[in-house]
Amino acid sequence: MIAVIDYKAGNLTSVVKTLRFLGANDIVVTQSPEDVLRADKIILPGVGHFRSTQLLADLGLTQATREAVAKGTPFLGICVGLQWLYEGSTEAPETAGLGHFSGQCERFPATYKTQTERGEMEVELKAPHVGWNSLENIRPDSRLLAGIAPGSFVYYTHSWRAPISPDTAAATLYGGAFTAAVERNNVMGVQFHPEKSADTGLQVLRNFLAL
Amino acid sequence: MLTKRVIACLDVRGGRVVKGVQFVDIIDAGDPAELAHRHARGGADEIVLLDITATHEGRGTLLDTVKRTAEKLFVPFTVGGGIRSAEDAEAVFTAGADKVSINSSAIARPELIGEIGSSFGAQAVIVAIDARREGKPAHEAEVFVSGGRKPTGLRVIDWAREAEARGAGEILLTSMDTDGMRNGFDCELTAAVSEAVQIPVIASGGAGSAAHFAEVFLRGKADAALAASIFHFGVTDSRALKTEVALAGVPMRLPC
Repeated sequence: MIAVIDYKAGNLTSVVKTLRFLGANDIVVTQSPEDVLRADKIILPGVGHFRSTQLLADLGLTQATREAVAKGTPFLGICVGLQWLYEGSTEAPETAGLGHFSGQCERFPATYKTQTERGEMEVELKAPHVGWNSLENIRPDSRLLAGIAPGSFVYYTHSWRAPISPDTAAATLYGGAFTAAVERNNVMGVQFHPEKSADTGLQVLRNFLAL
Repeated sequence: MLTKRVIACLDVRGGRVVKGVQFVDIIDAGDPAELAHRHARGGADEIVLLDITATHEGRGTLLDTVKRTAEKLFVPFTVGGGIRSAEDAEAVFTAGADKVSINSSAIARPELIGEIGSSFGAQAVIVAIDARREGKPAHEAEVFVSGGRKPTGLRVIDWAREAEARGAGEILLTSMDTDGMRNGFDCELTAAVSEAVQIPVIASGGAGSAAHFAEVFLRGKADAALAASIFHFGVTDSRALKTEVALAGVPMRLPC
C-alpha cells in the first residue's frame, strides 16, 4: 500500500492520477499515522506554504514518518514535501521540518552574481521559479534518478529551495545551484513536480514505485 | 537553465475546440482531449483549456472535458472560463487541472485571487488579462472583460500589479489588438507588463510563426508564450517550432 499524505496543502489529484497510470492500484490518501506506519511506501506531495506542514506535527504524522523511515520504508517528498525533509524554511521559521537532512530552505535571492562577457555582474532574479529547468550533476548511485540523462528537463514552480549538500542527488541552476533531488538510502525528495514533468517525471516515479 | 515555455491553448465551446479571429468568427478545430495529448506528445510545455463561452452564457466549466483531458496528461494543465468562486476552482482542480485561469471574475471580485491561492497555492492561480490599446502607448492599454466585450477603465499595468499583490502566480496577457491576426505578439505591451511584475508573464495573441515566438521572448521579455491556431490544422508542431526558436538564441526544452 502506498500512503499519499494529505495535509490540506493543494491538490493531490495529479499525483494520485499519475501513480495509478503507472500501475499503482493500492493507494491510500490519508492523514492517519497508522496508515503511514503500515505503508509499503510513503509519498508527501505538496505545493503551497511551508506553514501548512505544521499539520503533520499536529496530527502525529511527523513522528509516524520518523518511525516508518527508520524501519526502511521508502519515502518521497515532492516540492514542499522535499523542503519538509530539511530542518525548516525561512518561509515559516516557527514550523520545524523533519530534520532528516541538515540545512534550511531559503527564498531565491532577489539578485545574484554571474559571469558575463563584461565580467562579473549583479543580475536580477525573478521569483517564483516557474517552468522547465534541467537536472545537472546527477549522482550516479541515485536509485530515484536511475536512467535519467543529465540535462533532462523537469517542471518547477516554487520560491524557496533547499541547499546543496552531500545528500543532493541532482542540482538545478537558477540564481546558483539548488537541490533538485535529495536521496539518502530510503529517504528521497524532489523539488520539481514529477507528475507534471512528462517522460522524465514518469521515470522518476516509476523508479520510486520499483523500490 | 530555465527555459521559456511554449503553451498550446485550446479554446473550447460546447465540448469542441474552436478558434476565432479577434474573438469572433468561430470555426471548429476538434476534440479537446485528443488535441491536448497531441500537443503534449508534439512537445508543448504546457496546455491551457479555455471555455470561451462560459462567462457570458453563465455555464459552468466543462468538468467532463477537463477530466477526460487531464486523465493521461503529464505536463502542466490550466483551465479557465466560468470560474467565479473558490468552489468552482476546486471542482476544476478535482477534475485534474493544475492551475485555473480567472479573468472577469477576478475583476469583479479581486479577493477571489487570494481565496483560491490560500487553498491551492499561488502557483495555481493565473490571472488572465485581455488588453486593448489600439495604437496607444503600452502603459495606456486598457483591461477588457467578458470575452473582450466590456471595457473596465482599468490600465493593464495597474491591474497586473494588483493581481500580483493579491497573490496571483502568473499573468496570462492577451492582446486583443493582435489576437488571431498571426502577425506577431504585442512585444511592447508584454515587456511593459513583464517589467512591472515579478511573477511570470505568458504572452498571448498574434502568434503566426516561430520568429514571433523568438521575438516575444527576447524583445517582449515573456516567460512563456501561448498560441492556439498556429498548432491547429497541422501548421506546425511545438517541437519544430521550439527548434527554430532555440536557433534564435532562446533557451527551450529540447529534446522534448
